[in-house]
Amino acid sequence: MEHLQININDFDDELSPFDGIDHTLTWKDEPLLKVRRLNKKYGSGCMLCESEHGMSEKVNRCPNCATVWAMRNVSFDLYPGEILGIVGESGSGKSTLVKSLYFDEVVDQGEAYLQAYEKQDTNIFELSNQQKRFVRNHLMGMVYQNPLLGLRMNVSSSGNIAEKLLAADHRHVGFMRARASELLNQVEIPISRMDEAPKRFSGGMQQRVQISKALANRPPLLLLDEVTTGLDLSVQAKVLDLIRRLQRQLGVAMLVVSHDLGVIRMLADRTMVMRNGRVIEQGMTDQILEDPQHAYTQLLVHSLL
Amino acid sequence: MIQIDGLSKWFDLHIANQMHVKPLRTISFDVEPGKFMGLAGPSGIGKSTILKCIYRTYLPSEGSIWYDSAVWGKIDLATANERQILHLRRNEISYISQFLRVIPRVTAVDIVAERLTARGVTRADAIEQVKLMLQRLALPEKIWDAFPATFSGGEQQRLNIARALISQPRLLLLDEPTASLDYRTKTVVLDLLHEAKKNGTTMIGVFHDLEWLKQIADDTVTLDPSVHAAPLQQV
Repeated sequence: MEHLQININDFDDELSPFDGIDHTLTWKDEPLLKVRRLNKKYGSGCMLCESEHGMSEKVNRCPNCATVWAMRNVSFDLYPGEILGIVGESGSGKSTLVKSLYFDEVVDQGEAYLQAYEKQDTNIFELSNQQKRFVRNHLMGMVYQNPLLGLRMNVSSSGNIAEKLLAADHRHVGFMRARASELLNQVEIPISRMDEAPKRFSGGMQQRVQISKALANRPPLLLLDEVTTGLDLSVQAKVLDLIRRLQRQLGVAMLVVSHDLGVIRMLADRTMVMRNGRVIEQGMTDQILEDPQHAYTQLLVHSLL
Repeated sequence: MIQIDGLSKWFDLHIANQMHVKPLRTISFDVEPGKFMGLAGPSGIGKSTILKCIYRTYLPSEGSIWYDSAVWGKIDLATANERQILHLRRNEISYISQFLRVIPRVTAVDIVAERLTARGVTRADAIEQVKLMLQRLALPEKIWDAFPATFSGGEQQRLNIARALISQPRLLLLDEPTASLDYRTKTVVLDLLHEAKKNGTTMIGVFHDLEWLKQIADDTVTLDPSVHAAPLQQV
């Protein structure tokens, strides 16, 4: 157990992740992530739905060829240290959006530029598989709704984090263990349980292990896909509290997908409303909630309990 | 400091039989730097609407709100992008509403300190300042580490005021901040507002109590029912 006592500060090649750098302080005009006209379709597409105004905004399925458009011309900017909420009903394309940014889904058309990547002017969807892996492992973290997707249930929690660290070219076992214990401590998982497999944890704990795994390489961008759905209220509050605290401490930019407006109100600085694969409204979170412009957003907000 | 030019706001409620609600007819006024502008008029005339338009909780329908920001100089808050609004909210403009709306399960001290730490003040320094502020507002020391959801209305409101004043904003928007406070705390709040004014904070405020408004306001805009009141209109 000697390696457990290795202090993270012994590794001076890296800064401690919780060194209090506040990225929100520095005003940067350059967005961290620029997404332009993202399209994702299931089906062949036809003349009607491929054309600019061929399809009504009220449907996402082409009446002519039955192609389903999961995303239609989605464009937005995400600035460093900012939390952007994405709301919408089931099937509106929220998850497709974050999954395609994490390269889990292949997009049909569209561009995305990541400012933190050395090739800032290259569309990240056109990178080679190796480069995509680099972007995914070094610059992004993803937290899925279902921990089964993000974690290896039979591998210890520290092993899960080490997996992400290994992917980012770390090989020093002592360093990885020290980092894992630091990260798990940050999400309030007792260090004594770091060698237990996540399958023995409760849902809320699994979700917290997933968050610490996503943060393992200190990415500038964190993608959260319905993190609190399926958790009970008190655990939900704990996870949300954790996300907010981490955002304050680390200054990570986040894309928070949720159909729960309460979650969005608590977390997001800005909010984007999606419907039928389209972004129908964007604005400050309180403006979206108190003064929604689009008919669908009004319906959504007035359905809030 | 702030020039409101032909501001009006209406709501198109698509789901309620296409209701068209216009709470605020065209209004224009200027506020000089370091002055307190009071808004007066009967309820339902759009006083809060003006404040919410300035804070961009409401998207102004017409007109412009020119604000002298420290970063970009003159900027129209009605058309500024969200990124700019976010920066202004974090650094320059504070808003005190009638109710406290905060994240559950965060202690009172942390809620106020968050405003300072977001600007880069270290946590220890921030908490020290917060404690001084809470002491001045006579919030009992034993509840500082409790969750605000358990507070009484007056205590929540004092926390709300502390949160807005701690960051020494350039522009402070007050929406009946003293409505639920007792006489003694009201006096403390008034003192704090006077102090903020001395430090150069520009303020626009709605007070229910005209006696209090007179004590602090340099000027008032009275919204005239005959001009500004607009009943619900169905289009």
